[in-house]
Amino acid sequence: MAPIVAPELLIPGVEDVVADARRHGNEGTGEHSMVLNMGPQHPSTHGVLRLVLEIDGEAIVSLAPDIGYLHTGIEKTCEAKFYQQVVPLTDRIDYLCPMTNNLAYCLAVEKLLDLEIPERAQILRVLLNEVTRIQSHLVWLGTHAMDIGALTVFLYCFREREETLRIFEAVSGQRMMTSYFRIGGLALEPPMGFDEQVRNFLDIMPARIDQYENLLTGNPIWMGRLKGVGYLSPEDAIALGVTGPPARASGIDWDLRRDMPYCGYEKFKFDVPVSTVGDVWARYVVRVQEMRESVKICRQALDMLQGMTGPIVADAPKIVLPNREQMKTQMESLIHHFKIVTEGFGVPAGEVYQAVESPRGEMGYYVVSDGTAKPYRVHMRNPSFATLQALETMCKGRLLADVVAVIGSIDIVLGEIDR
Amino acid sequence: MAAPFPALVGKAAVSGAMPENPAVKALAELATDAKFDRNELTITVARESIVAACEAVKTAGYNFFEDVTAVDWYPQEPRFQLSYHIVSYSLKQRVRLVVQLDSADLTAPSITSAWPSANFYEREVFDLFGIHFAGHPGLTRIMMPEDWEGYPLRKDYPVEGYR
Repeated sequence: MAPIVAPELLIPGVEDVVADARRHGNEGTGEHSMVLNMGPQHPSTHGVLRLVLEIDGEAIVSLAPDIGYLHTGIEKTCEAKFYQQVVPLTDRIDYLCPMTNNLAYCLAVEKLLDLEIPERAQILRVLLNEVTRIQSHLVWLGTHAMDIGALTVFLYCFREREETLRIFEAVSGQRMMTSYFRIGGLALEPPMGFDEQVRNFLDIMPARIDQYENLLTGNPIWMGRLKGVGYLSPEDAIALGVTGPPARASGIDWDLRRDMPYCGYEKFKFDVPVSTVGDVWARYVVRVQEMRESVKICRQALDMLQGMTGPIVADAPKIVLPNREQMKTQMESLIHHFKIVTEGFGVPAGEVYQAVESPRGEMGYYVVSDGTAKPYRVHMRNPSFATLQALETMCKGRLLADVVAVIGSIDIVLGEIDR
Repeated sequence: MAAPFPALVGKAAVSGAMPENPAVKALAELATDAKFDRNELTITVARESIVAACEAVKTAGYNFFEDVTAVDWYPQEPRFQLSYHIVSYSLKQRVRLVVQLDSADLTAPSITSAWPSANFYEREVFDLFGIHFAGHPGLTRIMMPEDWEGYPLRKDYPVEGYR
């Protein structure tokens, strides 16, 4: 690129940005384009995403994401922990859907152990996963609307999100980093009044979704900013690894909950919203509809749980910690407790890949065991990581202001991209 | 510890027990080893034939590339194992392709020609394991800083202290 400003007047660091852009594959056509750095500290990048944009006037010529600012080496840390100690780490990967991460990891290890989970625990897992989905979509809708300029929606969404966090707090004692699922079942019995609390939330939720839609769906500014923006064709969605709501908004009728059921999802009746439009608007419609479907699943789960009794953990004393009462009165339980805590439990050698449908798409855990009490390798296939690859395709040729709308619509969480 | 339930180990056992499986059929020539364990099909192919294997399973209906990652079996040889996960939306089945890599030559062909979505995943494997992918459009570090020395997910990379 030809120097526009005399070199001595350049702000220190600009050359680095340009050199960086070249390294990321931005060629620079020379005369008309310029390089713009967006992030990592930028209010609309939803975390520490850095984009190196090449723009020609207001139009995007090329776009390269630069990630890794939140890389904490979780995969490496997992290799030094016992299997049960990995669960709290999984919360921190995608901090908007900790329960989904817990579930994927626990299912993977349970598959390695060939462990059967009691039905009641499975239904509670499904219930909490769907509450998590609503919660995650509420954060997405709030921040997405705020990026576009509709601040009111953000406040309303966070009002309902508070209710979901109270549900998490009631069951696990934690609002965000729940670690409620354990290998072999759940950590605790849900508290008294749990059913009523969730039902109250589910009763208000459909009306609240109507309220958001009232504010947004017919809003001419909202429509103007969303419709026809960030188009992704179904072929590109498959080729670039896009899953979840963005893929379904592009017409790909695929939902792991329905198509490759796990954790007893086959017992629930729900629709999978699909749109063929493929733009930011379609992603908005699909996600809002998904919230309504999640409410339906939660209701079914609560009805199934009504009057159901039984354990919430599998009958596997060498894997699941005994309850406190048993531990204090029975010698054998005390020994098991001591052994699990101090030396973990061996997991038969093998490798498994367990995928679940997270609010953002396909989240897969690849766990390799060498027969010891620590996982040999844990790898997470995170939906945001793949979806980010499609960002350039969606933004190319569009206006700079649309980038903000598109980032909001793919709903990325940088914690799970960088891990 | 032995596996708690029967698994099919070996190419002959797998192709004998599930001859109709589309992935087994498609890779009848290319497979060097196969395994069916915990309801998951794993097919090992030679390093040179991974792109051909990807194209073959793609033709057989496995349309969506999910993931590629590596496992370091240090100090065993072959040291690295690349695991590709591919799912079929129409068959509702998954297949895992495995490539073994000797530490003498840590290069594998890139499968970005078959699935462009492998781009970031291969960069991640390069970044954290130091495995090169021949034919990748831009193989640079993705998580770690560009001047970082060493490959953190290798088993001989220290977890604490000075490197």
